[in-house]
Amino acid sequence: MKLSTRYLLIVPSLIFMGLFYFYPLASIFSLSFAPQDNAAFKGMEKLLSSAYYLRLLWFTFWQAAVSTVFTLLLALPAAYVFARYAFRGKALLLNLTTIPFVLPTVVTAAAFSALLGRGGLVNAALMQLFGLDQPLIRLEHTIWFFLMAHVFYNFTVVLRLVGGFWARLPTQIHEAARMLGATGRVVFLKVTLPLLAPAILAASLLVFIFCFTSFGVVLILGGPRLATIEVEIFRQAVHLFNLPVAAALSLVQILFTFGLMAAYTRLERRSSMALLPETTPIRTALRLGPKDRLAINACLAGMAILLGAPILALFIRSILTENGLGLAYYLALFENRAQSILYVAPVAAIFNSIGFALAATLIALILGCLSSAFLAGAKTKPAAFLDPLLMLPLSTSAVTLGFGFVVALDEPPLNLRSSWVLPAIAHALVALPFVIRSVLPAWRSIPRSLREAAAMLGASPHRVWLAVDWPILSRALMVGAVFAFAISMGEFGATVFVARPQTPTLPLAIYRYLSHPGSLNYGQAMAMSCLLMVTTAVGFGLLEKLKPKLSVSNF
Amino acid sequence: MRCKFFAILLTLIGLVAHGWAAEKKPILTLMTHDSFAVGEDVLTQFEQQHGVALKIIKSGDAGAALNQAILSKANPLADVFFGVDNTFMSRALKAGIFMAYASPLLSKIPDELELDPHDRLLPVSYGDVCLNYDREWFSEKGMDPPQDLDDLLKPAFKGLTVVQNPATSSPGMAFLLATVGRYGEAGYLNFWQQLRANDAYIANGWTDAYYGQFTRAKGGTRPIVVSYASSPPAEVFYSETKLDEAPTAAVLGSQTAFRQIEFVGILTGTRQPELAAKLVDFMLDSRFQRDIPLHMWVFPANPTVPLPDVFVRYTHKADDPVMLTPETIEAGRERWLEAWTETVLR
Repeated sequence: MKLSTRYLLIVPSLIFMGLFYFYPLASIFSLSFAPQDNAAFKGMEKLLSSAYYLRLLWFTFWQAAVSTVFTLLLALPAAYVFARYAFRGKALLLNLTTIPFVLPTVVTAAAFSALLGRGGLVNAALMQLFGLDQPLIRLEHTIWFFLMAHVFYNFTVVLRLVGGFWARLPTQIHEAARMLGATGRVVFLKVTLPLLAPAILAASLLVFIFCFTSFGVVLILGGPRLATIEVEIFRQAVHLFNLPVAAALSLVQILFTFGLMAAYTRLERRSSMALLPETTPIRTALRLGPKDRLAINACLAGMAILLGAPILALFIRSILTENGLGLAYYLALFENRAQSILYVAPVAAIFNSIGFALAATLIALILGCLSSAFLAGAKTKPAAFLDPLLMLPLSTSAVTLGFGFVVALDEPPLNLRSSWVLPAIAHALVALPFVIRSVLPAWRSIPRSLREAAAMLGASPHRVWLAVDWPILSRALMVGAVFAFAISMGEFGATVFVARPQTPTLPLAIYRYLSHPGSLNYGQAMAMSCLLMVTTAVGFGLLEKLKPKLSVSNF
Repeated sequence: MRCKFFAILLTLIGLVAHGWAAEKKPILTLMTHDSFAVGEDVLTQFEQQHGVALKIIKSGDAGAALNQAILSKANPLADVFFGVDNTFMSRALKAGIFMAYASPLLSKIPDELELDPHDRLLPVSYGDVCLNYDREWFSEKGMDPPQDLDDLLKPAFKGLTVVQNPATSSPGMAFLLATVGRYGEAGYLNFWQQLRANDAYIANGWTDAYYGQFTRAKGGTRPIVVSYASSPPAEVFYSETKLDEAPTAAVLGSQTAFRQIEFVGILTGTRQPELAAKLVDFMLDSRFQRDIPLHMWVFPANPTVPLPDVFVRYTHKADDPVMLTPETIEAGRERWLEAWTETVLR
């Protein structure tokens, strides 16, 4: 493809980003920094002089780094097991690991408190068992509590991105190394790990940025003494209405992550190797030895504790009523007690959630695909600039962008402020980086020579694409689609701060129940959370069904 | 295959979009916060009476919604805004986003609720933010429940209280204001210092305080929480089994609660001020006012409308709540918040 035509691939993404990201951001920044009110600038001086904000930046960075390391340590072994072994229920399990991703932070926090809080299940059991009169586990308002929650949320990112890539590493290289006398450890360190590097880097970056802008989880589980930059932006923008300080902090956040991503894109390009990935994943012998079984069982047990227990706790709460086990909370969802306009019919909420999620997924997939096509073949310089640019929405403060929408999108033809399109667009902005990070490593791993060989053998460009590129890409696209769908189902990003008419989604309905006293409200919130999880799982299943048959794998 | 994939997606999106298609009648837009609620029939009545379609847009919590209204001043998102409270009133009036409207229905509303002399913001409802306690817990322990803010500082109450962070929660902010009003600028930090020493738990927001730490929640361990005077009746109304007595009670002694008043106003820049005024009248009138308690769990501003049974039986009002003028609040907010953070969190 000629260089100039290649640039056409990136144009739609740039237009989209320009209209719905840079324009709103520029509007709110110029409004915030306009010298209209001298009093507001007092805050700015403090911003520059105060050690408090430096500490804030350091803590934000530190907790994101630690969260990423923990997530990698725990999820990489699982990625190995999922990549190398075939076992029953693997596809389903893989989908279930992505469920935590959609849970609202209040609900996740409730699940963790229910398990490990002062009066939680584990403490109650321990106190009973050992006859203690004080709870043994005191995690509330500690760093450990929210680090666990971060791992709970992000486990799936590493598992899916790295596992999917791992399953396709050609085994011949390993066999060759073994034949030359390398031990298993050496093969892993010298061969496997370097080959996996692009996927590990991509996953780490996503996890890091996600934790970097973490908000609710840190606030609720970590306690008010631990604040991230995002928390401070929210406080300044919403409670103090000090826009200059909020905007300055957002800018710091954006510049910091842009620098990080620029470094990352360089690393990724250097580490990616075209190595002729397998189109179908390699499987070890179908007969599993006792060692293999042990590995699989240990991995599944670990995941059951880490990911399964909090979800199970939520489910138990949704069926454990005051009159014993029952479906009372679920039935109550269908009953509009006060004949209120506030009432959200569960079916309508499911319908709305899926509608937004599909629209967001579609936008993110199309733009993500085009952008990846451009980035995969682009020269180093433009890619080193454009790639980090496309990742920015993930690291941008939701409040700031939300307020930006209000200021910028106020005139036709862009008067979208209270339109139903806006939530889908806002979700797609956050989902786009996930699609690109899923697809790009796969795309780069396709050797040029393979395409050339196919062309030489007389295949048309279309046929080359269908026979060479598509089988390798479709799987990566699927991973991107699942994340895009999950991000929208979980209402990530600026939508919380965007005015919207009566199109309540499942997470909004959950918040609504959790804002009134009464045990029935709480039970209904838990029931609605379970509905959200089931809807998401079904959604993943449907996406899998839509998956083109060309790729046979089930990773 | 790919074509089919996209075709199915597009069809689904089309279906969803169709369901949301706009209506034909003139549209009057009411902008409000997430906790706004009212009976369906009440709104329908207004729509039929005036031949309009009422569109309600919600924009986050009270603070976020107001900020959005201010940011969109040049090109307003709505005609009417409901949900400015007395803690944010000064910010709203200073921004000049509301126009004066002396509704004839103001005559039915007590003077002490009308805080804006120019009638740009008209009172619709009010509620008291106060301490709630778990009655069962206290009777089981044979302890006297708290009567006053000072009780929280007693050694017997060590580790029993949950409050919200005023920097992230609106009842938390209201409770901080209650302590400022009660102990004065000179004394409120002393109260918080002692409360911290007495092992109070600082929750992020109302939800994780009430449903995470309060003993009424499964697994909660603290029997005192900052909530609303209307929380006990809500506990009865939203209980699973029929209750004769509220499981919780509110502490409403003199100068222990903060009174939050919520206002409605017409946004400057509306293209249909007459219709907007009709909506304001409607919200002050008895039909809407009667609906307020069971939907928003606060008191109607109009004292003559009958209250629902569950309110009459289980809700009490603070006789002598803390009241600070909106100007005092706006002037002190940032300073108090910072001092509070310094004292309680660092």
